[in-house]
Amino acid sequence: MKKSVFLGTLATAALVAGYASATTLEDVQARGSLNCGVSTGVNGFSAPDANGVWQGFDVAVCRAVAAAVLGDPMAVNFVPTTGQTRFTALASGEIDILARNTTWTFSRDTDLGFTFVGVNYYDGQGFMVNRELGVSSATELDGATVCIQTGTTTELNLADYFRINNMSYEPVPIETNAEAQQQYLAGACDVYTTDASGLAATRASFEAPGDHVILPEIISKEPLGPLVRQGDDQWADIARWTLNALIAAEELGVTSSNLEQMAAGTNNPEINRLLGGEGDLGAMIGLDAQWAMHAIAAGGNYGEIFAATIGEATPIGLARGLNAQWTQGGLLYTPPFR
Amino acid sequence: MAMDSGAPRESFRLSMLLYDSRYRSLTIQIFAFFVLMFGAAWLVYNTKTNLEALGKPFGFDFLWATSGYDIAQRPIEYSSTSTHARAAVVGLLNTLILAVMACATATVLGVAAGVLRLSNNWIISKLMTIYIETFRNVPVLIWIIVVSAVMSESMPAPSAFRGDDPAASMILFDSMAFTNRGVYVPGPLFATDLGAMFGMSDLGTGLNWLLIIAVLAVAFVINKAMLANATKVQNATGTRPVTWWKSLALFLVPLIVVLVALGFHLEYPELRGFNFSGGIQMRNSLLAMWIGLSIYTAAFIAEIVRAGILAISKGQTEAAFALGLQPNRTMRLVILPQALRVIVPPLISQFLNITKNTSLGLAVGYMDLRSTLGGITINQTGRELEGMLLMMLIYLAISLIISTVMNMYNNRVKLKER
Repeated sequence: MKKSVFLGTLATAALVAGYASATTLEDVQARGSLNCGVSTGVNGFSAPDANGVWQGFDVAVCRAVAAAVLGDPMAVNFVPTTGQTRFTALASGEIDILARNTTWTFSRDTDLGFTFVGVNYYDGQGFMVNRELGVSSATELDGATVCIQTGTTTELNLADYFRINNMSYEPVPIETNAEAQQQYLAGACDVYTTDASGLAATRASFEAPGDHVILPEIISKEPLGPLVRQGDDQWADIARWTLNALIAAEELGVTSSNLEQMAAGTNNPEINRLLGGEGDLGAMIGLDAQWAMHAIAAGGNYGEIFAATIGEATPIGLARGLNAQWTQGGLLYTPPFR
Repeated sequence: MAMDSGAPRESFRLSMLLYDSRYRSLTIQIFAFFVLMFGAAWLVYNTKTNLEALGKPFGFDFLWATSGYDIAQRPIEYSSTSTHARAAVVGLLNTLILAVMACATATVLGVAAGVLRLSNNWIISKLMTIYIETFRNVPVLIWIIVVSAVMSESMPAPSAFRGDDPAASMILFDSMAFTNRGVYVPGPLFATDLGAMFGMSDLGTGLNWLLIIAVLAVAFVINKAMLANATKVQNATGTRPVTWWKSLALFLVPLIVVLVALGFHLEYPELRGFNFSGGIQMRNSLLAMWIGLSIYTAAFIAEIVRAGILAISKGQTEAAFALGLQPNRTMRLVILPQALRVIVPPLISQFLNITKNTSLGLAVGYMDLRSTLGGITINQTGRELEGMLLMMLIYLAISLIISTVMNMYNNRVKLKER
């Protein structure tokens, strides 16, 4: 009996993978809802609001994909994952897509067996310290105690950065953003490090955000994006082009307010193709003709989502910076819809 | 095949495998065995195929890749350029350090609480009852997090020790500092390093400690011989020679000589930059795990000890009193030795529980085996199956070693039946 229990444990992962052998699109359509992995709570990116409805920048990607595939942006089961559990959750089929400010790296894309479908936020790792410490640069952090979320690229960048600069530090590994916040505010660590956007989001939720300063050094490139399991190209295409549709909509001036009007037909053939008036882009990825329209209707185009969740008008107050359209000097550049 | 000699000899038919009760159980067992083996083979095959389909062939090569992450508490040399295997060893050592500390404290606390719960003093026995019932009925993870939260929220930050009029100060002649990052205590240092002297500097101060242990062991052996001799004299003459000062000298004099020769001194923690440095830092994570596991498991051990003592019949105490033994000698010489045979087997389980519960370390950021090999390494390399298997094997090995050692001890203390 013992042996069978042991082997049962051994093969659990394999069994789950076995059940998910139909295409992800079919699974999602049969289920009638999208299982989307998000963080356990980072304000602005993914956190439940006062009514328990998940809101945020990453959540908006899930909603757009659900709208494109199922026609209903609310048909999403949100699965909160930590930095440690997220990849196992995706690899085992527990979630269909992971939108949890996850950095696109070589080994995650190849060795871990995932496909990144794009970048929804260009970020970099930063440091936050209490203003009282009087630190103005990350190079003054020798000997500091640093709170860090385990299982992230920030953990590796931090080790590299301090080693390159011949500085020592004391890592305090932490599982979730909320715990890190508590430890940092209690003074159990001098520095909190994570992606600069995450720092801004965390700081915005403090009682006195002005007491904390984000240091100027950005020590890494962190292209954050949604990802899916490798091996189901159709599903990866759907996720990739849903994200691209949101970006293209902003570029083409399609917003949630003029969407209906644009869908009726415009002079611009690319808008017509995007919204299903011309051509048959939807059928090419196994969806209906209005897939992109549904996706854009879910929360608006990329710019609208950004402004509503993490933009300058929100408490988080992030500028567009690198995340502006290529026409505005940013890095957002979607391949053409044709 | 043994048959009843009186019964008529019946030739074997295939159907007898099913209908004859002599063979049926055998048939069922063989059938069940084949089903089990088939199921196991299917699971292994399925795992292998699916992993290959995911592009993740089974293998342990990842252990030799650079880990890339840092670990705060490292008993051996380790940096982010070391391998994953070394990170796992660091984690394993942290697990063992915590397990040994928690087992020792839990045993001491548990025995004390168990004996005190049987005290005739109403207040003491009720207090112990409250302690035991509170601590063993709340999950250990919650105790660990409570201890951790209390320490990080209530203790002063290192910066509070700074300045001309600091808000907090060190205690015990400026030798210890209680901060919200842990407790800093003086650390032992040697002026002479035997390791470096003999060209084995990777051992650190290992050789020094080895010498000290050797000196103590020799003293222990000589002391034992001396005590045996004292007993012999006592048996022959009726008076026991006074030995306590000889024992004391036997242990202390060589130890002090060796420590002085090696230039033993203490290094005091000092506030430097962001943190205290020097001395030994017992991090919050270690303290939270240690205290949490100890007080939780001690409550169980207390009940085991109480059960063991109550299992000895009252007649034993009365007989000891009749012989004129004092109550504490009665407990030490008559009751406890007999109670141990009841106490030790369940105590083994508690030690195993402590060892396995150390894997909760991640909750407070304690970098044990589960957090290094089973946590960050798995996460960075994506080798869940291999990492988990390896971790299961290691925990299994540790547990089996603990049970073996404790069973050997049990065989020594158990009732010798003649």
